[in-house]
Amino acid sequence: MSEILTKSRARNVFYGGSLFFVVVFVAMTVHSHRYIVETSTAGMPLTDEVRLGKHVWERASCINCHTLHGEGAYFAPEVGNVMTRWGVLDDPEGAYEMLDGWMQAQPSGIEGRRQMPHFDITEEEMRGLAEFLRWADQTDTQDWPPNDAG
Amino acid sequence: MKYQSQKVAYAYFLVAMALFAIQVLGGLLAGWIYVSPNTLSELVPFNVVRMLHTNALIVWLLLGFFGAAYYLVPEESERELFSVRLAYIQLAILVVGTLGAVVSYLVGIHGGREFLEQPLWVKFGILVAAVIFLVNISMTVLAGRKTAITNILLMGLWLLSLLWIFAFINPDNLSLDKMYWWFVVHLWVEATWELVMAAILGYLMLKMTGVDREVVEKWLYVIVATALFSGILGTGHHFLWIGTPGYWQWVGSIFSTFEVIPFFAMMSFAFVMVWKGRKNHPNKAALLWSLGASTVAFFGAGVWGFLHTLHGVNFYTHGTQITAAHGHLAFYGAYVAMNLAMFSYAMPQLRGRDPYNQVLNMASFWLMTGGMAFMTFVLTFAGTIQTHMQRIVGDYYMDVQDQLGLFYMMRFGAGAAVVLGALLFIYSQLVVRREVIAPGPIATPGE
Ligand code: HEM
Ligand code: HEM
Ligand SMILES: [Fe+2]
Repeated sequence: MSEILTKSRARNVFYGGSLFFVVVFVAMTVHSHRYIVETSTAGMPLTDEVRLGKHVWERASCINCHTLHGEGAYFAPEVGNVMTRWGVLDDPEGAYEMLDGWMQAQPSGIEGRRQMPHFDITEEEMRGLAEFLRWADQTDTQDWPPNDAG
Repeated sequence: MKYQSQKVAYAYFLVAMALFAIQVLGGLLAGWIYVSPNTLSELVPFNVVRMLHTNALIVWLLLGFFGAAYYLVPEESERELFSVRLAYIQLAILVVGTLGAVVSYLVGIHGGREFLEQPLWVKFGILVAAVIFLVNISMTVLAGRKTAITNILLMGLWLLSLLWIFAFINPDNLSLDKMYWWFVVHLWVEATWELVMAAILGYLMLKMTGVDREVVEKWLYVIVATALFSGILGTGHHFLWIGTPGYWQWVGSIFSTFEVIPFFAMMSFAFVMVWKGRKNHPNKAALLWSLGASTVAFFGAGVWGFLHTLHGVNFYTHGTQITAAHGHLAFYGAYVAMNLAMFSYAMPQLRGRDPYNQVLNMASFWLMTGGMAFMTFVLTFAGTIQTHMQRIVGDYYMDVQDQLGLFYMMRFGAGAAVVLGALLFIYSQLVVRREVIAPGPIATPGE
């Protein structure tokens, strides 16, 4: 084995092979990028409201308690399908009202229950946030999660 | 220590250990909030505590890598560092950035992409520091002897710095955001950081076992080849349910299964080298950490990674406590323990002493490793129950969590052991004691 696999040969296989996989990966990423834009997230337009909502989501760092499409922290429920769970996926006004009601009721202050903080969010931002969550919920995620519990 | 400039590693290791302490204390606090959820909930909510915990982890691991590079590159290249001053400037930038990030988080200023929450100016600081580092190390290597160890180390560090560019790219489209986010997160820990890990492990084996350089270096190229061949397309195991095309399910499952190979190879490499090596190196603690790191990395990344990587399994376990269990043992084995192996090896020389406090250091290994293993087990049990109740039966998330209290208490206990172990480690490195080997009474044969 040591004659066939010399050090320089091992090195060349490493460089050549890695380059090959990088090229394949980049090609697949380009395709996936287009698939996301044109297919999986095309169910609802990416409006300024949705953009605003995403910035609010990031400013509050919701991801460090919740999961979104299964990624994030595991301290609080999945929100990628929360609009489905609330039954307001196709109802912007209802989505806003449910979300606003929920956010205003936090923190619950109940002893022994995990607490969600209170955030300073304007009405416009809250509408954006609701639209962002509706937008995320309509993404084609290959039928994940398995059920509405998230 | 052959070269004066290796000394800069000392400053890096000190800062890294301080952040390590903060990281595990932050983890312990987060674990406590799981047990007693009203703790600090108005002052420092869970999401902020978690950011401190994960960010401190990443920064100290990187500081450890930088320090390790500054320590081993002069010896490998057989010359002094290009610039000692640049190395200190780089460290200063990183310290200021870190403190800035901590203060920002505490007053509620942060981004919202997991692990990449640093304010923009801190991200730029990290970029500038990385560039300074790459210049400094590359100039040293180019001017000196070139070895496979420095080759692989440099390649890993260059690529991981390049990937940092994606920390600045945050598309408005959430699915695109997620896809590019993994370019930093996955392609760090399951590709580029593996090169750094392999290079450090190779260096330690070379120094401590006395095995031929030729043998070590050939192994290294094989290990890193299997790492990149599997890890690059293995990114697909995160492209399952985020809006990416369905073909990633098979690509991700197959290639990420191959990701077990480099971790198995690193473990085998370490044991074979120690077994073949003729040298009886006195730094037993560094040897223990090296073998321990590669073994725990195999279990944390390899075994616990494979546990949930096939898409048929991941469909149910995605984003549960199973993920947390795996994340902890993988990070601990591969990167925490490997860094501590390097510290254990280098600190005695940086401080101009023979190996010291071996017993305390080795005790800290068992305490920390035992604690992390226990934490992994209890989180795996919690995650199994969660997966069943929530994903199969369909019970609501919060109702399921209410059933898991016992596991979270045990996780807290395990975390306390880890904190004790970490503090013991730091103590054993900093508070130098003479190796007391008093000549015992001359053994007299039994009556
Ligand atoms: C004192 C010991 C520790 C305790 C009690 C602890 C606790 C925690 C908690 C409660 C979380 C948040 C989980 C959630 O989102 O629900 C977390 C996240 C995390 N911790 Fe720790 N931790 C400890 C030590 C460590 C160590 C030593 C490492 C590195 C090896 C580490 C790496 C991480 C990572 C990577 C995450 C994010 C996990 C993910 O996103 O899947 N922790 N930890
Ligand atoms: C040392 C190397 C590794 C480290 C440090 C590591 C760490 C992590 C962390 C922190 C996460 C959670 C990310 C998040 O916050 O969402 C994660 C997720 C994951 N890892 Fe690893 N990992 C490593 C290697 C591996 C390997 C080799 C495999 C497969 C064999 C693997 C399979 C997975 C899978 C499938 C997930 C997604 C879990 C989910 O769906 O929730 N990992 N890893
Ligand atoms: Fe991964």
